[in-house]
Formats: sequence, C-alpha cells, structure tokens
Amino acid sequence: MNKYVERLYNGIIRENPTLILMLGMCPTLAVSTRAMNGIGMGLSTTAVLILSNLVISLLRKHIPDQVRLPSYIVIVASMVTVTELLIEAYLPSLYEALGIYIPLIVVNCIILGRAEAYASKNPPVLSVMDGLGMGIGFTIALTLAGMVRELLGNGSIFGYSILPSGVDPIGIFVQPPGAFLVIALFIAILNGFHIRTRQRHLVESTGCDRACGACAAPCEEKKGEKDA
Amino acid sequence: MTNLILIIVGSALIHNVVLNQFLGICSFLGVSKQIKASLSLGGAVIFVITIASAVAHLLYTYLLAPYGMDYMKTIVFILVIAALVQIVEMFLKKTSPAIYTALGIYLPLITTNCAVLGVALTNVQDGYSFIESVFSGFGTGIGYTIAIVLLASIRTRIREEAIPEAFRGAPIVLIAAALMSIAFMGFADLSF
Repeated sequence: MNKYVERLYNGIIRENPTLILMLGMCPTLAVSTRAMNGIGMGLSTTAVLILSNLVISLLRKHIPDQVRLPSYIVIVASMVTVTELLIEAYLPSLYEALGIYIPLIVVNCIILGRAEAYASKNPPVLSVMDGLGMGIGFTIALTLAGMVRELLGNGSIFGYSILPSGVDPIGIFVQPPGAFLVIALFIAILNGFHIRTRQRHLVESTGCDRACGACAAPCEEKKGEKDA
Repeated sequence: MTNLILIIVGSALIHNVVLNQFLGICSFLGVSKQIKASLSLGGAVIFVITIASAVAHLLYTYLLAPYGMDYMKTIVFILVIAALVQIVEMFLKKTSPAIYTALGIYLPLITTNCAVLGVALTNVQDGYSFIESVFSGFGTGIGYTIAIVLLASIRTRIREEAIPEAFRGAPIVLIAAALMSIAFMGFADLSF
C-alpha cells in the first residue's frame, strides 16, 4: 500500500483515535448531542491537526528537545485561535453550539499526541496525511455517536425528524448520561467484534501516549506494576 | 456570601465538571483504578484549579482586556497553566515534601487536564469577579474529586464481578459513569 494512503487507513481504522486509542474523549462525549455538531467539531479538530502537524513537522529540526512540549502547545494554541476566529466569523451557529469546546481543542490529547508521536519525526507531507487520517477517524466516530444520540434522544438525524408521530424519543440520550452510554456501547460492540475475530486484545481504558500528560498516568501505573 | 455558596454547590454538584461538562475525562477514566491515587489526583486538581482560576482572572482583567487582546486568552491561559504547574511543583518540593510525595506524579499531569483550562475560560465567559472565580475554581476541583473517588470506589467493587467479556475494560467503566451521571442529574432540581 502507498505510504500516504497507509497513513489515512491507520488514522481511520487501525488506530482510530476515539474508538481504539480512546483519546480526546471530552469533546466526543460533550458535543455528540447532534450529528451536525459532531461533524463540525470533527472538521475543526481535523483542520487544527493538519495545520499543527504541518508546522511542527517543518520546524522539527529547529525546536530544541528540552522545550519541545511548550513549543508544540504554543503552535497548537495559535492554530486553535485561528480556527476559532474563522468559525466565529463564518459559522456563527456552529460557534454557538460548540461553545467552550472550540478553545478546548488545545488540550485534545489527539493533537499533542500526534505532534509528539508522528509530526516531530516525519516529513511534512506524511505528517499532513497523518493529521488528515486521524482527523477523519475522529470525525467519523463523533458523527456516528451524534447520529445515534440524535436519533434516540430527539427522533431525528441531521435535523430531519424521522420518527413517526406518537413515538416519543428517549430524552436521556441527548443528556449527559446518554453520551457515556452510547460510547460504552460503541466500544463494547468493537470489543465483541475483536473477540470473535481474535484480532486484538480489548480496548484499554486509555491510550498510553507519553505526550498527553493527563493520559500518561495509567502508563506510569502500568510501568509500576511491571517493576513490582 | 450566599452567592459564593451557590457558586461552589453549583460547580461541584449541579454542573459537575466531569459528569455534566465532560472535562477531564481522560484522567477520570485513566486514574480511577485505585481510591488512593484518585484522592491524590483530586487534591492536586483542587490545588491547581483554584490557583489557576485566580491567576487567569488577574491576567485577563489587568492585561488582556484593557489592551483588547481578548482573542489571545486561549494561548495565554494554557501557557500560564503549564508554567504554574511547574512552579507549584518546585515550590511544594522545597517547602512541604509531605504534600509533594502525596501528589507526586499527578501534578505535571494536570497541565493537559482540560478541566483547568475549561474553568479559566468559563469564568471569563460568565464575567465572574476575582473572588467568584476562585470559588468557582475551588468548587470545580471539589466536584472533580467527588466524581473520581466515587468512580474509583465503584471500580474496586466491580473488579471481581462476572462482566460479559465485551464489556470488560473501558465499556463497563463508561456505563458506571453513565449511572453516576444520571444520579447527579438529580442535583439539577436543587433550589435555594
């Protein structure tokens, strides 16, 4: 397989950031109340991922190793600010719907994770493809979760009501508990599939990615268990 | 005074940072394997969120707002939080080794905890005063600690249960979180 296409496949299927690595759970749970919000959030994150991967890959030989994480954070934060201003100007309704979660793209583990694990070691074009693949994988997962939640909780998909009158939607699915439930079911279905085909072990509770501070704790724990 | 109590109860229980706002989910799912570790992380989060809310508020009111640099707040806040965590870590290491060993590895992990940045940003959005920001940060930290310690207790209980194979690992933890979230929805009817 072409190495550029391989990057896309890797991001969408093999290492899907949401469903396999379980990174970036905050926006996944928070904005998946509507399918449209899922697409909007997914595409915003994709834009930031591609831009930050490109810049970091171009600067990879100039950023000293000791200050690389702060440098990455500044680059990512700048890209997020640019994206936020663009959304505010051109898509005000999406800006309303996503609210605080747009600036919070900065602390999305997927972005820093890809910067550290991929863009800092690979040439620009490959890094952009990697960002694109990861972004599409994230968008697909978010949109699927949004569709399921919108259908069950609101009786519609992409804003079009499809439930026959007289059938009441289950309101809890567009409320916070519904987010946890739907994502839990998604991962359980994937787990069931993996058990049947025996391809891989079960999805762990968080991906072990050094770059993501908040996610590194379980890795430290695992290291400790091995040492003990 | 009632206003401040309302802010604390509101941010700790009614709009619980994890179960209602979905901030800090990463560490909420990752660290909640043991009650002790959860308590330490909760302590570190309360500490950092309270200080970060105060510093972010001061910076915003006296530096960003007067010069019309409102759009810089995301970049400034994330840098301040990262630096702050470092300073707090060094300060604790020197002055109180006991607290330092208790919070241990959890302090540096807080930099990318979206709850800290989230609270700093919502404080600005809601137009809170200095005292209100500090209390809202503190309440959020308390809410985070309550949620993660409860989840850790649930996880120690279900560890030995015969869970269907596909639901082992992440799914059962998320379902436990969903049930907790339903319970916390009850707080929405609190009225004073």
